[in-house]
Amino acid sequence: MAADFETPVLGDVEERPTPALACGAMAGSKSYVAAPAHNEALGFPGELVPDWQDKAIARMGELLGKYRSLQVFMDSCVKCGACTDKCHYFLGTGDPKNMPVARQDLFRSVYRRYFTPVGKMFPGLVGAKEFTRELLDDWFNYFHQCSQCRRCSVFCPYGIDTAEISMAAREIMDSIGLGQKYCNEIIGKVHKIGNNLGLPGPALIDNLEGLEEDLKDETGQDVRFPIDEEGAEVLLVTPSADFFAEPHVLGLIGYAKVFHAAGVSWTLSTKATEAGNFGMFIGNYEQMRKIAMRIREAAMELKVKRIVFGECGHAWRVAYSFLNTLVGPWDFLDPRYPVPQHILEVTNDLIKRGGIRLDKSANEGIVPTFHDSCNVARASRMGDFEGGQFVIPREVVKACVPRFVDMHPDTTHEKTFCCGGGGGLLTDELMEIRVKGAKPRMEALTDVVRNQGVTHMVSICAICKAQFTKILPYYGFDREVVVSAHQLVSNAIILGNND
Amino acid sequence: MAYEFNGKSIEADEEGFLVNINDWEEGLADLIAKDEGISMTPEHWEVINFLREYYSEYQIAPAVRVLTKAIAKKMGPDKGNNKYLYELFPYGPGKQACKIAGLPKPTGCV
Repeated sequence: MAADFETPVLGDVEERPTPALACGAMAGSKSYVAAPAHNEALGFPGELVPDWQDKAIARMGELLGKYRSLQVFMDSCVKCGACTDKCHYFLGTGDPKNMPVARQDLFRSVYRRYFTPVGKMFPGLVGAKEFTRELLDDWFNYFHQCSQCRRCSVFCPYGIDTAEISMAAREIMDSIGLGQKYCNEIIGKVHKIGNNLGLPGPALIDNLEGLEEDLKDETGQDVRFPIDEEGAEVLLVTPSADFFAEPHVLGLIGYAKVFHAAGVSWTLSTKATEAGNFGMFIGNYEQMRKIAMRIREAAMELKVKRIVFGECGHAWRVAYSFLNTLVGPWDFLDPRYPVPQHILEVTNDLIKRGGIRLDKSANEGIVPTFHDSCNVARASRMGDFEGGQFVIPREVVKACVPRFVDMHPDTTHEKTFCCGGGGGLLTDELMEIRVKGAKPRMEALTDVVRNQGVTHMVSICAICKAQFTKILPYYGFDREVVVSAHQLVSNAIILGNND
Repeated sequence: MAYEFNGKSIEADEEGFLVNINDWEEGLADLIAKDEGISMTPEHWEVINFLREYYSEYQIAPAVRVLTKAIAKKMGPDKGNNKYLYELFPYGPGKQACKIAGLPKPTGCV
């Protein structure tokens, strides 16, 4: 399948010039529209309802009342321009509608027309617009060219969060029957089968048995992948991609080895086979709650004492920031541990306490850098100190390798760039925007590969891993350049006699 | 979209995955492969046949690791790797091979 677009030419990470404007460059980049079956399974209208305009405006009014932040974001933009060159999709495409302020204005123009006095009377004066079919189509295209990564919000002097606006826009579109196929089909699979992949229990069990055999062959140890084991200490909830794809599964193997070496009893659950929660991507609280409820039910049924999340970016946002209000309280869990914990917190604590030991020479020849995942970097934390979400993953990686290199500071920590596939964009029909949106990250990676001998890029998110596996070859890299953090742990961990 | 095959119109989704997996037959696989720019060899068929066998048992395509292990067993250890599978199916063994095998596309973060 040959690409029908050109891969961006990479520039110097130090300079990163604002691209020349290419009006309408990405107007043709459209997500597939969800089929009636996908929408109806989630309780949305099957297809665009005849009175969609009235319904959409009414829904917008409800959201403005429900989310104070949305109302503030609508009113507080002063068009200062600070956000314009901060979005990876604008930087990669030059399409001005991918400037965060322009994306917000798709929503704001409708807001002004129907919810502000001046916009009602003199729409032309304040950029207020009729919600026409043409504008709705722009909504569908460009709110599905936002990966909800929140980088722009870091630079906005008012903290306007385009992600939240894009979530609200998607919620409104779902409510009138204009859903996105990728997200809605997947959420339907979670409700029906339990995970994004559609992996049924028996297939999962077969996979896990295969992994146990492999590890027996490789290590001589009985490293287990327990499932549905009542009374285990830890319930591990991880993205279903960890059971299926590369390099994800190599991370899963790492988690299992950590639990094995530390002597912690753990289990997976055939009910909670998905950490990810695409309910957030479509801005729908009820979907998000319903998906998260599976985790609560599994934890109660299996009588575990702790919940640990595997490597998944947006899942960690939902887990860290929302899990308690969504499906808490968690008073039946062991109060000595945070609810939930991230696997990297668990591994980091064990390394520091000597609960596991690592042999860096096992990763000889690997010089990794670290890609901060947006939702971990800008929407959550790890550990009990500010910035723990940046420090802890790096500490774990550094403990596993002889040498570690960070990428340009304008592309890491809270300023990290999205991989290009987050927020419900990891779908094949959006390959052009995915490749182009990866440009800033690829510039920063190329810089450390050329100048500092970096060989691999560590990611702690299933979406990032899948996205990089796909787009690295467009920029001349092997797809194996992206690795799981726990893949390096897996290589380095000393099993067996751990005294 | 649809595939025109043996005088019938076989329904497929926007990306060419069959809507009804029971519509699949070998000749149709050749046609889908041709659309993908692939001419089927016995090596391709080994993969396709394994995918279909696995799917009929588990209602999902095999994980990449399961597939590479199975191919190693059938075709030798030097072929049991991702690289070899990408040579056969350049757009990815998971998605492209599933399409030719008439199976649904694996979804999610893969």
